[in-house]
Amino acid sequence: MTRTTLTGWGRTNPSVAELVDVFRAELPDVLKEAGPRGALVRGLGRSYGDAAQNAGGLVLRLMGSATDAVLDRERAQVTVSAGASLDELLRYLVPRGFFVPVTPGTRFVTIGGAIASDIHGKNHHVDGSFGNHVVRMSLQLADGSVAELSRTQDPELFWATIGGMGLTGVVLDATVQLLPVETSRMAVDTYRIADLDRLMAVMDDGEDEAHRYSVAWIDLAAKGAQLGRSVLTRGDHARFDELPAKLQTDPLAYGPSQLVSVPPVIPRPGLLNHATVAAFNELWFRKAPKRKLGGIESISSFFHPLDMVGQWTRFYGRSGLVQYQLMVPFGQEEAMRRIVERVAASGTASFLAVLKRFGAGNEAPLSFPQPGWTLALDMPGGAPGLGSLLHALDEMVLEVGGRNYFAKDAHTSPETIRRGYPRLAEWQAVRRRADPHGVWQSDLGRRLRLAAED
Amino acid sequence: MDNAFGQPQTIVVLGGTSEIGLAIAHQLLSPVTRHVVLACRDLVKGEQAAASLRGDGFEVSVAHFDGADTASHERVIGEIAERVGDLDVVVLAFGQLGHGEATGQDVAEAAALAHVNFTGAVSASVAVANRLRAQGHGTLVVLSSVAGERVRKANFVYGSTKAGLDGFAQGLGDSLVGTGARVLVVRPGFVHSQMTKGMPAAPFATTPDVVAQLTVKGLRAGRRTVWAPGILRVVFSVLRHLPGPVWRRLPLG
Repeated sequence: MTRTTLTGWGRTNPSVAELVDVFRAELPDVLKEAGPRGALVRGLGRSYGDAAQNAGGLVLRLMGSATDAVLDRERAQVTVSAGASLDELLRYLVPRGFFVPVTPGTRFVTIGGAIASDIHGKNHHVDGSFGNHVVRMSLQLADGSVAELSRTQDPELFWATIGGMGLTGVVLDATVQLLPVETSRMAVDTYRIADLDRLMAVMDDGEDEAHRYSVAWIDLAAKGAQLGRSVLTRGDHARFDELPAKLQTDPLAYGPSQLVSVPPVIPRPGLLNHATVAAFNELWFRKAPKRKLGGIESISSFFHPLDMVGQWTRFYGRSGLVQYQLMVPFGQEEAMRRIVERVAASGTASFLAVLKRFGAGNEAPLSFPQPGWTLALDMPGGAPGLGSLLHALDEMVLEVGGRNYFAKDAHTSPETIRRGYPRLAEWQAVRRRADPHGVWQSDLGRRLRLAAED
Repeated sequence: MDNAFGQPQTIVVLGGTSEIGLAIAHQLLSPVTRHVVLACRDLVKGEQAAASLRGDGFEVSVAHFDGADTASHERVIGEIAERVGDLDVVVLAFGQLGHGEATGQDVAEAAALAHVNFTGAVSASVAVANRLRAQGHGTLVVLSSVAGERVRKANFVYGSTKAGLDGFAQGLGDSLVGTGARVLVVRPGFVHSQMTKGMPAAPFATTPDVVAQLTVKGLRAGRRTVWAPGILRVVFSVLRHLPGPVWRRLPLG
C-alpha cells in the first residue's frame, strides 16, 4: 500500500490516495481498512478528469485479465473479469470472429470502467451504449457481500451501476453480448464537408442509420465561412467478400501495436497552441479524400488512432488537457452551432473536436447519451480563459436541455449536474440502499456532490 | 475539490479581515465556489468583510478565530472543515505590523507581536496542514513578506517574524511533497492598505489586488513562492548581499 499521486488522463486535478492492487478474493478484507475517506476502484485511468481518484482514501486496482475470459459462441457472449481491458479482450475475440459491442476512442479501458462510465462509441446511433450490451454482472458491495445483477435480478442496482462512476461498488466480472464479425477490417466511407450546417444536414439525412459506425471530425481552428469544416466517416465491419484477395488469406488477423510513446520532456507550455493545431488541422482536412467509398481500414486505425501514440496527452505540457463533452437534444442544431461558434471565436485551440449523433438512451439514471448531438472537445488546460469558456458552454448546454459527460468532466459544479441529470435523486436512493455508510467515494463524487442528497 | 483550472470550491481566510486575504478570496471566486469562510477575531468587522464578498451561488460565513489563541486552532479549523467539507484553499493572512522601532523597545509588545505573527501562524499552519494531508489535496497560502527576506531596522520585530514564518512555511511545503497538500509562500513588498495607512511607501509599492492576482496566478501554475510585484525577487537578490553598513543606511522607510 503506497500513497500515490493520481490524475486522470488529462493530467489535471491531481490528488493523493493509498493505491492498492487487489485480487477479488481480497476485497472484503481490504474494504475493512477503508477509513472516513472511503474507497474506489480504478481501471486504466482513461477518464479525463478526477473520476478514478479518491483523495485521502483508498484506490483499488482490481487484478484480472482476459486470459480467464469464457466465450459462449452460440449466444455470442463473453464472460470476463472487470479488470480486463478492451485491448486484451479484442486480441482474444477478433481472431475468433467476434467484436466488442461498443468501443470508445481508445482500447485501453477496462470492462469495469466501460460499465461505470457507460461508455459509447461511433455506433451509438444504432447500438446504444456499453450498458445496453451487459447481460449480467457481479458487484462487490461495501458490506463485503457480492450481488449478482441483471435486467431481472435487482434491476435498479444493475442500472445504477451502469454509468454509476464506481460509486455503487466494484464490478467483479460481467457477461457481455458480442457482435459476430467476418473480418478484422472496416469498410469506410469518407466525406469532406465544407461547413457545420452542411455537416449536420448530411448526418441527419437518414444515411447514418444504414451504417453501424458514424462520426465527424471538425476543424475548430477554422473561422468564418470555413467554420465547422469537417471530415465525416461512416463504416461497417467489412464482409469477407469485400476484402482484397491479399487480406482474404487471414481475414481475422488482428495485431494492433503502439508506434511511439511521447517522452515526459515536453516543454512547459506544451506543443499544442493555436498555430500548431491550425497547421495540423489544415493537413488533416486536406489529407482526407473529398469522397471515398468502401475504403478498407484496420480496426485500430478506424477506432483507436490515438492509441498508436503512447501517452499522447503529454503533448499538452504541464497544465494537461481538458476534455469537454456535451450533448444537446435533436432540434437544437442552432444551439450546437452557437456552441461551435463560441469555441471557435475563443481562439482556444481545440485539437480534436468530434461530432456524433446519439440514438436512444438506456434505463441507467446517470447514463450520459440521450437522443441528440454530442460534441467532444480537447483543449489545453493552461489556455487562458478556458475556465470561463467552459462555464459559459455549460449554461448554453443546460438552457436547451443538454448535459455533459462525467467521464470527461474536470471543471463543472454540482448545480450543473443537478440540472443536466434530473434522475440523480433516483440514483442516490439506490446507492443509499447499496452503500448506506458511503464507503464508495471519489474526487468526482465529492466535487459534484453526487451522493449528497440536497 | 479544485477543478482542472485550480478553481476551489471552499476558500478559508485565517485573518478574514485582512485586505490581502480578502482580495485573494475575491480573485478565487468562480462559478464552482461553494463556501468562503472568513475566520477572524472581530466578528463585526468580519461580517462587514463578508458583505463585500457575497455573490450568487456560494455562501460566505464568518467564524471566530484568534491567531494568538494557539490552543484553539485545531478545534476551530476542525469545526470549519466539519461544516464546509474539504478545505481547498486556506489563506493564512493574519498578523500585525507593530509600531516600527518603538515595538523593538517594548518587551510586552515585541513578545505579543512575535507570538501572533510567528507562533500563532506556525500553530495554525500545522493544524491546516494536518487536515490537508489527511484529505490528500489542498493548498495553504502563507502570506510572508519581503520584510523577512532581509530584516531592516525600521521594523525588525515584524521583519524577523516574517523571516521565521517564511522559513517555516518553505520547510512545511517541502515536508508535504507527495501528500497531495502544498504550500504557497507569498512575499509582497510594501502594500497600500489599512495596515500601512499613513506610512511612507517603499519603492515598488503595490496593492492588495495586485498581490491577489499574482497569488492566484502562482496557485494555478503550481508555484511554491510568489513575489509581489515580481521585480522584488531581483531587487532582493541584490539587497540580500549588500554589506551591513550600506544596508543599514538605505532609505527604505
